[in-house]
Amino acid sequence: MIINHPLLGPRDAQEFTYLGDAALIERPDGQAEDAARQFYEYLYLRDNPAGKHRELWFHEQGDRSWLVVTRDTLTHEITKVELARDVARARGRGK
Amino acid sequence: MTQVNRLSGGLIDRSQTLSFTFDGKRYRGHGGDTLASALLANGVRLMGRSFKYHRPRGVLSAGSEEPNALVELRTGARQEPNTRATTAELFDGLEAKSQNRWPSLAFDAMAINDRFSAFFTAGFYYKTFMWPAAFWEKLYEPIIRRAAGLGSISLEPDPDSYDKGFMHCDLLVIGAGPAGLSAALTAGRAGARVILADEDYLPGGRLNAETIAVGTQSGSAWAAAVLAELTDLPNVRVMLRTTVIGAFDHGIYGAVERVSDHLAVPPEGKPRQILWRITSKRALLCAGAIERPIAFANNDRPGILLAGALRAYVNRWAAAPARDVVIFGNNDDAHRSAVDLIAKGVHVAAVVDTRARAIARGEYELIAGAQVIGSAGRLGLSRVEVRLASGEIRRIDCGALGVSGGWNPNVHLTCHQRGRPVWREDIAAFVPGPDGPVGLRVAGAAAGLFSTAETLSSGSAAAVAALGDLGISARAARPPETEDAPVAITPFWHVSGGKGRAWLDQQNDVTVKDVKLAHQENFRSVEHLKRYTTLGMATDQGKTSNLGGLAVMAELTGQTIAETGTTIFRPPYTPVALGVLAGRARGKEFRPVRKSPSHRWAEEQGAVFVETGMWLRAQWFPKPGETHWRESVDREVLATRRSVGICDVTTLGKIDVQGSDAAAFLNRIYANGFAKLAVGKVRYGLMLREDGIAMDDGTAARLAQDHFVVTTTTANAVSVYRHMEFARQCLWPDMDVQLISTTESWAQFSVAGPNARRLLQKVVDPEHDLSNAAFPYMACGEITVCGGLRARLFRISFSGELAYEIAVPTRYGDAMIRRLMAAGAEFDVVAYGTEALGVMRIEKGHAAGNELNGTTTARNLGMAQMMSRAKDSIGAVLSEREGLTAPDGLVLVGLRPVDPSQQVLAGAHLMIRGTVANAANDQGYITSAAYSPNLGYSIGLALLRNGAARIGEVIEAVSPLTGLNVEVEVVSPHFIDPEGERLRA
Repeated sequence: MIINHPLLGPRDAQEFTYLGDAALIERPDGQAEDAARQFYEYLYLRDNPAGKHRELWFHEQGDRSWLVVTRDTLTHEITKVELARDVARARGRGK
Repeated sequence: MTQVNRLSGGLIDRSQTLSFTFDGKRYRGHGGDTLASALLANGVRLMGRSFKYHRPRGVLSAGSEEPNALVELRTGARQEPNTRATTAELFDGLEAKSQNRWPSLAFDAMAINDRFSAFFTAGFYYKTFMWPAAFWEKLYEPIIRRAAGLGSISLEPDPDSYDKGFMHCDLLVIGAGPAGLSAALTAGRAGARVILADEDYLPGGRLNAETIAVGTQSGSAWAAAVLAELTDLPNVRVMLRTTVIGAFDHGIYGAVERVSDHLAVPPEGKPRQILWRITSKRALLCAGAIERPIAFANNDRPGILLAGALRAYVNRWAAAPARDVVIFGNNDDAHRSAVDLIAKGVHVAAVVDTRARAIARGEYELIAGAQVIGSAGRLGLSRVEVRLASGEIRRIDCGALGVSGGWNPNVHLTCHQRGRPVWREDIAAFVPGPDGPVGLRVAGAAAGLFSTAETLSSGSAAAVAALGDLGISARAARPPETEDAPVAITPFWHVSGGKGRAWLDQQNDVTVKDVKLAHQENFRSVEHLKRYTTLGMATDQGKTSNLGGLAVMAELTGQTIAETGTTIFRPPYTPVALGVLAGRARGKEFRPVRKSPSHRWAEEQGAVFVETGMWLRAQWFPKPGETHWRESVDREVLATRRSVGICDVTTLGKIDVQGSDAAAFLNRIYANGFAKLAVGKVRYGLMLREDGIAMDDGTAARLAQDHFVVTTTTANAVSVYRHMEFARQCLWPDMDVQLISTTESWAQFSVAGPNARRLLQKVVDPEHDLSNAAFPYMACGEITVCGGLRARLFRISFSGELAYEIAVPTRYGDAMIRRLMAAGAEFDVVAYGTEALGVMRIEKGHAAGNELNGTTTARNLGMAQMMSRAKDSIGAVLSEREGLTAPDGLVLVGLRPVDPSQQVLAGAHLMIRGTVANAANDQGYITSAAYSPNLGYSIGLALLRNGAARIGEVIEAVSPLTGLNVEVEVVSPHFIDPEGERLRA
């Protein structure tokens, strides 16, 4: 596979390591009232779609960017690659 | 022996005579021959024995689709089994052997299987070896294993080397037949970066096997002229002897180049084969078509081969399997073989065509509306039996029979990403479907375009279209005048009513009857049919047999062939040597070796090294006279605790953390608090996974308000860094914090023992006060050593002794170890390895990888009180889960044997005395164990249920595997200096 890195252009997938669902960005607040339930859902309840999937890849043999890759799990077609940091910010994550 | 069946002409080099042996007998061939063509020229039709029934077999094909003529090539370590004689290029001195026969190819004892064929039908294994179950391991499996497989391997290491390579191109053209050559020429002339790959050593594909003219030249001359032009184009790379084996995601193709297989031994410094990974923007499949046979009784005798292959042997290699030949077909192309054979002086006794209205194309007897229904000849064909349209039987003497059931487009690569081929009734063949790999087009016979004119024009048109996608404009040249005959075929799959078995898959000995049996026993889907009968398995993957098998099944189920479908094609296209997949990653080159900065010095000391991940670390340093590792390790431990020892700890991961939010960041990464760590101080830190399980531990040293150095374990250096980057980029993207791995930037040594300070004072520049007051336990700082060399000093201890870790830039690591050892001479300093390191940390009760084993929490490790509850750190919430906080959970304890002479064994499980040793009674297990030279007995660390409350209890350590059963006393895990006085000295 080829991943079109937003900063570096097309790179071979061998340079990356895979983590999983990009929903891992949405870490709940550990101080919340129902934190235990939220963390359980965050960590263990995942969708397993046959089709478009947003997932986290780490450019370990490269610039060490975490990327959010939108990949079709049926065809491996990659339709979008974003810096995870930008995605996290867009989802309201900060400090 | 003369080449009795060598004809005139052909594309062989008669000036070159090559000598070779087959089963020890010497023959001669010419340059350009394959082993198969040379054997045929020498009058050898019998080349192998079939897999199951040991039936005599000869070549069926003239290419890589060959199911029968599998031989062992070469001898000694280079011996390679199951090589297709049809693709093995002849070289002088080639030694080939037939397979699967004993004692000889002509007389094979195992041919007795053929007599018992009634027992060996489809599903034989499933039905026969069912019971009794106890027979399986002892009786059935050994018998099957002995009988299975065709060739044998040398069992010696492969003496050749294999390489891997990467290439990029605009257009990859797969196949250098008429379509591929015309495509490559069009794209090459347009200036695109083109790779043209072909499995053959002679480009041209079928043009080399035909007498078809292209323009004013012969097909092969046209191919040679195109090749010459392509070779001159700097933007085109022609790769012969290169098989594209698989189509992978995003335009990536795998290819195996056989660099040296056509030579006796690879040239000095050259690999035998190269595995190429080709990243293409567009690809074009011009893989041609493969002829399929028609099944009839005893259609597997040596001398019976595909009509197109027969033509190829005669035209390209000037070799005929026999001088009297019959052709049997259901299509016009079969007649081409008759015409070409006659032109070469081979006698065509008859052409048997299943079609009643077939028309003769030359001077031969045409028997229309007839079928070959049987054959005779023990080790080679001598006669065929023909059933005429009238029903009469006629016998015709012949030494070879060319069979053609039509041609199958070579759709293989279009299916590698689950694409499904589509049935075309008009040409009676599957063609590539619309769902092939993205960016791959198909041209020529592979697309179902069978005339030479169509292949030429479709090749260049496809190249123009592919380059158009890339914005490269190309013009299709006007193709030369050539043959443009339409496909004329009436599907015909198998002859019924003959006496004897009709073979569909000759590689796996699958007959029409086997397919009928599978149908009868309800294994009707093509995938079930394949597994039940083994149709289409093994080295040829059913290239010549699949369609025949599924056509029979379609007939039985009353479905169309389109409804029946095909099995899934998977990479590799043809068999691949395991060596080329491994490449250079063999033996010690399997992965890179990392050596610490003191490696050379340690080698000089005679150190014994151990692999920890990629690192080589000194395990112990044997002294003269020490014969057992324990002697060395005990000495190193005792000397360190008595005076001072030095250990290279460079391999521990080091992560530099900087930024105004560095402290806040670490406070979330570690389970314990870091926000208030003072500058100049180090703290032990435990990292959890988000699920609450301990991930790694280490230290974080605060060198400045906004600057920390974090250490990780050697094993987790990479994964911890990845995890921290995840937290930084994905969880808290606006924190002002930067990370970089500095593991390889600093050489780091632990200096431990009561004399550690005195030793270091000799090395550290005098302006740095190392006194206990100025540089207490858990202090850190940036210092200089040896007169101005910058260094870092950390007063941390894994051994439990007064200890420091000193870091210098890596390039000074070798000098530093020598300086430290020299400075320590007056204290009888020892170097210690990982083994002594392990003994001392067990004596001290420090958890390590054995305890942080992916199942343990801070609570299990006895660190519950260290956890900060005032903050949100990774893993904090779920570490408090029900189940992880049960009151009788496992807790780290120490163990010592009640009888000091007995050994504590890691891995042993703990049981209450007198209870049965089973899972229900399990109290925990021993994680680490060592002999403590300080205590004089064996000690262990264990995870014990409710362990903290059980100090003093005597329990049993059992290991049913080794029969061990030792009484041990539960003690504090801190065997040495539990108050920590030594650390703070």
